[in-house]
Amino acid sequence: MNTSSPDRKPIIRCLQKILPTASVLHDAEDLRPYECDGLSAYQQVPMVVVLPETVEQIEHILTFCTKQQIPVVARGAGTGLSGGALPLENGILISLARFNRILKVDIENRTAVVQPGVRNLAISDAVSQHGLYYAPDPSSQIACSIGGNVAENAGGVHCLKYGLTVHNITRLEVITMRGEHLTIGGDALDSPGYDLLALMTGSEGLLGIITEITVKLLPTPKAANVILASFADVATAGQAVSNVIADGILPAGLELMDNAAIGAADDFVNAGYPRDAAAILLCEIDGTDAEVADQLAQAQQVLSRSGATEIRVAEDEQQRARFWAGRKAAFPAVGRLSPDYYCMDGTIPRHQIADVLTRISELSDEYGLPIVNVFHAGDGNLHPLILYDANIEGELERTEELGGRILEICVEAGGTITGEHGVGMEKINQMCFQFNEQELLQFHAIKQAFDPDGLLNPGKGIPTLHRCAEFGAMHVHHGQLPHPELERF
Amino acid sequence: MPESNDKTELLRDQIIRSYDSKTPLVIQAGNSKSFYGRDVEGESLLLAGHQGILSYQASELVITARSGTRLSELESALDEHGQQLAFEPPLHTDQATLGGAIASGLSGPARAFRGAARDFVLGAKIINGKGELMQFGGQVMKNVAGYDVSRLMVGAQGTLGVLTEISLKVLPKTEAETTLAFDVDAAQGHQWLRDWLHQGQPITASCHYQGTLSVRLSSTANSIAQAYKKMGGEMASGGLWPQLRHQTHPYFQQDHLWRLSLPPSTSIHNEDKQLIEWGGALRWKASNSELFEQARRLHGHATRYTLRAASTQQIFQPLQASMLAIQKRIKHAFDPRNILNPNRLYQEL
Repeated sequence: MNTSSPDRKPIIRCLQKILPTASVLHDAEDLRPYECDGLSAYQQVPMVVVLPETVEQIEHILTFCTKQQIPVVARGAGTGLSGGALPLENGILISLARFNRILKVDIENRTAVVQPGVRNLAISDAVSQHGLYYAPDPSSQIACSIGGNVAENAGGVHCLKYGLTVHNITRLEVITMRGEHLTIGGDALDSPGYDLLALMTGSEGLLGIITEITVKLLPTPKAANVILASFADVATAGQAVSNVIADGILPAGLELMDNAAIGAADDFVNAGYPRDAAAILLCEIDGTDAEVADQLAQAQQVLSRSGATEIRVAEDEQQRARFWAGRKAAFPAVGRLSPDYYCMDGTIPRHQIADVLTRISELSDEYGLPIVNVFHAGDGNLHPLILYDANIEGELERTEELGGRILEICVEAGGTITGEHGVGMEKINQMCFQFNEQELLQFHAIKQAFDPDGLLNPGKGIPTLHRCAEFGAMHVHHGQLPHPELERF
Repeated sequence: MPESNDKTELLRDQIIRSYDSKTPLVIQAGNSKSFYGRDVEGESLLLAGHQGILSYQASELVITARSGTRLSELESALDEHGQQLAFEPPLHTDQATLGGAIASGLSGPARAFRGAARDFVLGAKIINGKGELMQFGGQVMKNVAGYDVSRLMVGAQGTLGVLTEISLKVLPKTEAETTLAFDVDAAQGHQWLRDWLHQGQPITASCHYQGTLSVRLSSTANSIAQAYKKMGGEMASGGLWPQLRHQTHPYFQQDHLWRLSLPPSTSIHNEDKQLIEWGGALRWKASNSELFEQARRLHGHATRYTLRAASTQQIFQPLQASMLAIQKRIKHAFDPRNILNPNRLYQEL
C-alpha cells in the first residue's frame, strides 16, 4: 500500500482534531505493529491507527467515519486467532488498548465494571483478594482483552461447567457506527426486550464498538483437584469422555492430549506425563471439599471402567499445577516441533470424537502433514494443530486446504467450524458450508439494523453470497455446486 | 395414514400466506402463557401438534425437540437419565411446551444459581416473517459461527421468528437436595445469603416470604451435610420450590402483581410484603400503581404479572428511545411486514 497517498492527509487532519496528535498513528513504522492479530498468516497495514481514551472520542471517530464512509476495525489486544482484527488498507483501526481500567468491583453483587482493553486475567487478579474470580479462561488470558473476549464469545478450559463469555457478562455499553449509545443488558439478571447481549457477544466487532462491560464474578472454589488418566489408544480416551459426562459428573475441565502433544509438553515443562500413552485425559473437579472428594472417587471409577491404563490423582497442589502446566504449555511446546503450526477450532458432538480423530489422522497421512491434538474434550471442541513449514513453497496453501477439510468433517459430524476462535477472515469461506443463503441474508439483515452502511469490520465474519459463489466455484462440495442460482464469474 | 408430528411445512405455508396478505398471526402452542404479554389480534398459528423429541443422548447433555413438545414429556425423558432442564421453566399448566418456555424466556427458582433459559439454548430452527426456514447454532456446547440468533429468540415471544426446533443443554441432577428454613427478616436473611454464596455453598434456590428464608442446597450428600453444619437452620420440605417454579404458590394468584428484576443487593425494607427469590434479584410485589419508574431508579426493570388474560396495558418496562429504535430495526430484519405476534411485547414492536 502507498502510505503517502494524498487522500489520507485530510482524514488524518480531521482525526487529529478529535484526538491528540500522538494518538493518531500514520507513519509506516508506527502502523506496522498493527498489521495482523494472533493469526499472522494474514497481514495488512491499516490506513491510520487511532488510540482513543474517552467514549466521546470513539463517538466522534465513528460519526466522522460514517460521514466520510470510511470503514473501521476495532482491536483489543490483538491475540485473536481468526484474523478478526485484521486491518483494512483503506480503513481506520481503532485500538482500545487505552481503555484499560477496572472501573468498579462490586463485592455485594459479585460483578466488576471494566473497560474493554482490560486483560482477562487482570480481572481475576484484581478480585482474588475478595475470594472471587472471572470464570472464562481462554489460553491467551494473560494477554487477551475482555473486549475481544466479548467480540469472540471466548471460552477456555472451564466452559463446560462455567460457561462461555455470553454466560458471564450482564451489561455492555456500545456505540454504533451512527454514534448511538446503547446500554445492553443491565445490573439485574435479565432485561426487557430482545436479548441483544447474546447478539452482541460473538459478533466479532461487526455490530458496534463496546466501551464498557459488566462481568459476573464467581467465588473461588474451595477445593479443586485433577485426575490424569492414560489410554492405550485415542478412541478409548474419546469414549471415556462421554462416559464421564453420562455418569452425571460435570468436570470443571476435561482435556485430551494425544501422544505427540504429551511428548512435546513433557519435553517443554517436564509435566511428568506418561510419555508412552497414546492419549491422556486431564479431568479437573472443583467445588466444596466434600463434592471434590466424592466426585474424584466417582470419576476414577468411570475412567478405570472406560479402559484407562493408569490413573493418577494429583497428590498436592504442586503436582496439580504441574499436570496443568503441561496442558497450558502445549501450544508453545508444539511450536518447537515445527517451524509453523496452524490451529483449528471445530466443535463436534462428544460421541463423534473417536470417529473424527480417526478421519483427521487419515487426512494427515494423505497430505503428509503431521497433526497434533490437544483440546477441550469435555466440550467436543477440537484444536488440531497442523504442523507445516511456511518456507516450503505451497505448504501453507496445502495446510489451509487440509484445515478446510477438517472443518467440513466437523460440520458433517453435526458440529461447527468454530467453537471459540471466531470466523474472522480465516473461516469466512467455510461459513458457506455451514449456512445457506437465506441464513446468510438474515445475518446481513441483522448487520444492517446496527450498521446500515456496512462500515464496521467489513469482509469478516459473514460472507457475501458472491463470495460463497466464488468459493464454491473452486470448491465443489459432495459434487454439488453451492448457490447454483448465482452467476459465476 | 397417521398424522405427522412435523408441521413445519404447514406452518411455513401459513406464514407465507400471511406475509402475502399482511395478516397478523397469533402464535400459540399450549396457551399457558397468554397472560405474559399484550393482546394480539390476528389469525392463530398453532404449534401444539408440532411435537416430538428428535434426539437425546445423555452423554451429550443435549436434547433436541420440536417446539410444540410438552415440557412434561421432555422432562420425563430427561428424568430417566437423571438429567434436567436446569433453568426450571414454569409449567403454568401441563400443556406448557418447549417452544413457549423458550419464547417467553421464563426461568424458575434455580435461575440465579444455574442460569436462565437463554443460557441453555444451543441452537434453533426458526421460520422468519417471510416464511423462510432457517437453522442457527447447533447441538454442540460451543459455536461462534455467525450471530447468536438462537439465543436472540429467547424471550422474543415469536416476534422475530416462529421456533420450530430447539436444542438445549441439559445438566445432570445432583445426588442430593435439601431445603433449609430460617426464621429471619428479609434484610438480615439476604445478608446471610450473600455470605453463603460468597463462601461457595451449593445453593440452587432461595426464597424469603413472611419471615422465613428458605434455601435449597443441591450437591452430593456429603457436601450438603457439610454445608448444613456451617449454615444451620431447620430441615424443611422441598414442596415450596415447585410452587414457586410453576407459580401455583398463593402469592402469585393475586391481582396487580409485579415482577421486579433488580441488582441482587438492592436494599430490602422489611415492611414491604414481598416474596423474594434469586438471592434478592427477583422480587414479587402487589401494587395498584405502576412500578416501572421505581424499578428504573433501582437499576432494574418491572413487569406487570397477572396470571390472567393478556392485556392492552404496558406489560414490560418501557425501553429507552435508542434501544427501542434498534429493537424495531431488528424486528424489521426478521419480520418486515410485522405479522408475527405484532405488539405482543410493546406497542411499537
